[in-house]
Amino acid sequence: MEISCHRISSGKASGPALVSKETISFLGTVDPDTGKVVDPKHQLFGKFVGGKVLIFPGGKGSTVGSYVIYQLAKRGVAPAAMINIRSEPIVAVGAIISGIPLVDGVSEEILSLEDGVLVTVDADGEWVKIDGV
Amino acid sequence: MHLSREEEEALQGERGETLRKAMEILVALGDIYGADRLIPVRSVQVAGVSFKTIGEAGLEWISDLQGKVVVPSVLNPAGMDLSRWREMKIDEKFANKQIEIVDAYRRLGISPDCTCTPYQIRPDSARRGDHLAWSESSAVSFANSVIGAKTNREGGPSALAAALVGKTPRYGYHLEENRVPTHKISVEADLEASDFGLLGYIVGREVGEGVPRFTFRRRPKVYELKALGAAMAASGSVALYRFEEDAPAAPKGTEEITVTESDIEAVREENGADDDVDIVAVGCPHSSQQELENLARLLDGKKVKREFWICTARGVAERCPRLVEKIEGSGAKVFCDTCMVVSPASDRYEKMMVNSGKALAYVPGLCKIKAAYGSAEECVKVATGKAAARRVS
Repeated sequence: MEISCHRISSGKASGPALVSKETISFLGTVDPDTGKVVDPKHQLFGKFVGGKVLIFPGGKGSTVGSYVIYQLAKRGVAPAAMINIRSEPIVAVGAIISGIPLVDGVSEEILSLEDGVLVTVDADGEWVKIDGV
Repeated sequence: MHLSREEEEALQGERGETLRKAMEILVALGDIYGADRLIPVRSVQVAGVSFKTIGEAGLEWISDLQGKVVVPSVLNPAGMDLSRWREMKIDEKFANKQIEIVDAYRRLGISPDCTCTPYQIRPDSARRGDHLAWSESSAVSFANSVIGAKTNREGGPSALAAALVGKTPRYGYHLEENRVPTHKISVEADLEASDFGLLGYIVGREVGEGVPRFTFRRRPKVYELKALGAAMAASGSVALYRFEEDAPAAPKGTEEITVTESDIEAVREENGADDDVDIVAVGCPHSSQQELENLARLLDGKKVKREFWICTARGVAERCPRLVEKIEGSGAKVFCDTCMVVSPASDRYEKMMVNSGKALAYVPGLCKIKAAYGSAEECVKVATGKAAARRVS
């Protein structure tokens, strides 16, 4: 299935889906050195964001979260791409400074996608492809 | 968002990778907030300076950038006085990282003035009607409300992007329609100078992101407005308030809040100083020359018995060296480039007395220590008082 979206940060990448119905504050929730979700209260606790297409409603929390995304990218443990329902500045800026494709403007149905499904994000073409759906 | 040909070229990477990313940040934010185009800014103040706040992650990002800012740009306070950090008992490792951060910004052409009050050292950086891209919440409030300039509250990267491009997306407080009052605040009290921080502390919690329009019994002085705005930006997220008689009226049906003397007294009472105070810190936002003069007068002939910090901008301290010398003769320390809120040096104390509604709101959460509030006079009294502070009235 291919759906249209809105480009926030340019680029194209594929990876297995990792879906969170909760918003994500990168500062404090994701370990910047390993990409592991370390906040026990978060839905994705214990999972790794590295190489995944991270799908979540949007960001929240401290603006330092943008730098955390950058640090993940430099360590090679950042998401391959990100999809938001509605992006806010922290994740948007983080994705841009890190060169991670980020799109928003997709329907909330995407939050029901199963983890592991192969997803391709083409931010410049403004489309998302979901395998086998 | 409409882009000029030049802007489009920068976005496509024809002017280098740093400028491409900077443009991408501005365009993304413009899209998110519905801006129609970019507008030139007169000056930029960049947040994300204290190593305590941005850590390795931020340092890496700034160090990796190439390029030069195209408009006058200064920095937010750092985690320490850049030359007297040893006196603050900052460890060497932190100091090195902090110096690396400021150097990385300097390489981008940003002035290493680390202050939350750029308007006190460079009055020409913001004039009525100017568009700015400033970051620090109290500076944003002062620029919008007292100077009459127009700025959103920028994050570190978006301010830096604005500095590199010289522009910011036109949305939020750049538009007149968003500068209209959302709350009416009737202040039914005869306010002393030190009441303004508490008033801001109260109103910020009530109005959140709103635009309060104040009615006062007398016209506030500039340093009182500075304290008021800083406190509202910390206890709430107020980036603009109105107080001038000719300010636009609040629309009909706007929520009205009355603040009385007893409301202010209650907060003062709740946050009074006691024996636990082991440090007194003033200068949030950074002290002006006038405030330093007042402190010098209050400290005249006295010796401090407790750690006493006075935070200011290096540009202010350098303008009046004899005043600084006079203050320090009492044993108080005049620290530049930093403040009690962003410096890790605060963390090793138990309870800090401040004369700032902003510091009162932030110190417990950011420094993980207790905070007490008093006027500048009371702060000096506690700092120079006997070893055990008695409750000051």
